[in-house]
Amino acid sequence: MSLRDNPLGELKVPLTWAAAIALVVAAVAATAILISDRRETFKAEAYGATRRASDTVLAPVGDVLSAPGRWTGAGVDTIRDYFFAGSENRQLKAELKEMRQWRDVAVALRDENERYRTILGLKTDPPIPMVAAHIVSDSRGPFANTRLANAGTERGVKAGNPVMSENGLVGRVIGVTDGASRVLLLTDIASRTPVMIDRTNARAILTGDGGPNPRLDYLRGRDPIHEGDRVLTSGDGGVLPRGLPVGTAVKGLDGRWRVVLASDRAAIDFVRILLFQDFTQVVNVKALSEMSPPPPTPGPGTQPVTPPKPPAPAAGAAAPASDAAKTPPGTPTAKAPSATPAAKPAADAAAKPPAKPATDKAAAPKPAATGGATKPAADATKPRPAAAKPPAPVPAKPKPTAEAPHP
Amino acid sequence: MSAARPLEPWRWLGVPMLQALIATVLFGIPLRVFGLQLPEPIFPMVLAFAWAVIRPSILAPFGVLAMGLFLDIFWGGPLGLWAICLLIAYGGALSARSIMAGQSRLILWAWYGLCTATAMVAAYLFVMLDSKSTAGAVPVAWQFLATIVLYPFAQRLIDLFEDADVRFR
Repeated sequence: MSLRDNPLGELKVPLTWAAAIALVVAAVAATAILISDRRETFKAEAYGATRRASDTVLAPVGDVLSAPGRWTGAGVDTIRDYFFAGSENRQLKAELKEMRQWRDVAVALRDENERYRTILGLKTDPPIPMVAAHIVSDSRGPFANTRLANAGTERGVKAGNPVMSENGLVGRVIGVTDGASRVLLLTDIASRTPVMIDRTNARAILTGDGGPNPRLDYLRGRDPIHEGDRVLTSGDGGVLPRGLPVGTAVKGLDGRWRVVLASDRAAIDFVRILLFQDFTQVVNVKALSEMSPPPPTPGPGTQPVTPPKPPAPAAGAAAPASDAAKTPPGTPTAKAPSATPAAKPAADAAAKPPAKPATDKAAAPKPAATGGATKPAADATKPRPAAAKPPAPVPAKPKPTAEAPHP
Repeated sequence: MSAARPLEPWRWLGVPMLQALIATVLFGIPLRVFGLQLPEPIFPMVLAFAWAVIRPSILAPFGVLAMGLFLDIFWGGPLGLWAICLLIAYGGALSARSIMAGQSRLILWAWYGLCTATAMVAAYLFVMLDSKSTAGAVPVAWQFLATIVLYPFAQRLIDLFEDADVRFR
């Protein structure tokens, strides 16, 4: 039937126009929602009440729906374990034998590390508490790669917490509500993770593109990466702790360096959410901002013209120093040591037995001013004529003579 | 079904929408068999195309908007992304409705593929602007393929309801 013959044809045009107007209204609403979305900031407040409410509802639904899959997987594992117990036992024994050797090495290295840390006074990172959760829903599309885990604010999870599987880093929490956390995977197009190459310590940014192997951007250094290099989190920026395993470097078909994620070795069903707090979260910003500004540094015009008096114990050595100060620059006495003012005390210290700590410190490669200033104190017991060995060729800077040498 | 019977919105809008959303949730289960995961097709694309072909409607664009917002919330993407992209596909199909009328199933499938491709290109560009990075071509292609194989469901819906309203034959 043609339009002209259709008795209801006259109704068609108004309804079509009304449908078109409805389409335009819906499109404007969608555009406004898209523009007002602040997901890219990944701030806790930007996650929004709508997402939090929907996650609260979706988490138990996903938990129920994914339960048969988990049970099936556990059943398959049980059957597999039954049939392959013998071969697995042999494999595990061989692995255990190798691991025992590594255990000895690890114990030795741990002791050595502890000794070095004690010597250096190194402040190591405190242990990070963690929360176990299982994944209840999963999105794998090219434009969004997130997962929903069934642990939320009630267990102390916060936005920004890193998420790991038993094999490696999975992603980080971008939204959290009661009973659920939204995890942004490393493969999401909006994911940026500071990483380093374990072998060369070269830094890069791991950038997701919706595919299974995120790419390494901003690689720096000469020949920084080889095929098969281990990639770890660098801890730069403080969002993630340093040294979490990320994956292995591979050259992609597009010629870019990519990472085969360690977490992809097995299905990600259970995860650990690290309750990690970076420096910016721990630090008391208010207290820092209330700090009084440092006193102004005196300019050249405000510096004292006359040098301060030397310290009393080094009086014997101070005399030649003050003599040298009085000596005009350009005389032979001041010219002789001026080539190596810092090396001279070092030579003296090497010639003499290290009876005093001050002499040892003078032997260290310190700046010339410090070395020159320490020398009179070290030689205080052995005064020598200024003409033979002037103590300090830089008498115009008297301030260091009053300071103790740096440790 | 007789032509005199009114086409009730819940039959051609409500029930298919619910089915599409349930299918989306079911395919969001973290299931991995032999190292392979489930595909992630855009189920609401079927409805966005079929609804436009069946008849113009005032309710349908808002149904498409609701499904798009659900996808964004469920998948954790930028809110409004799939809402606007599905509406683009719906608008494209609606504007080409008179051209598609009376075409064979294969030609309609091609039109469905064209609408899906338009929506995905729009999503690609929006995401590029949003995250200042480009999505990989391979995952986009996989999702496109997983979506266009769903056309038989759209055809079934069209066959069911195309002749239900005599004003839009």
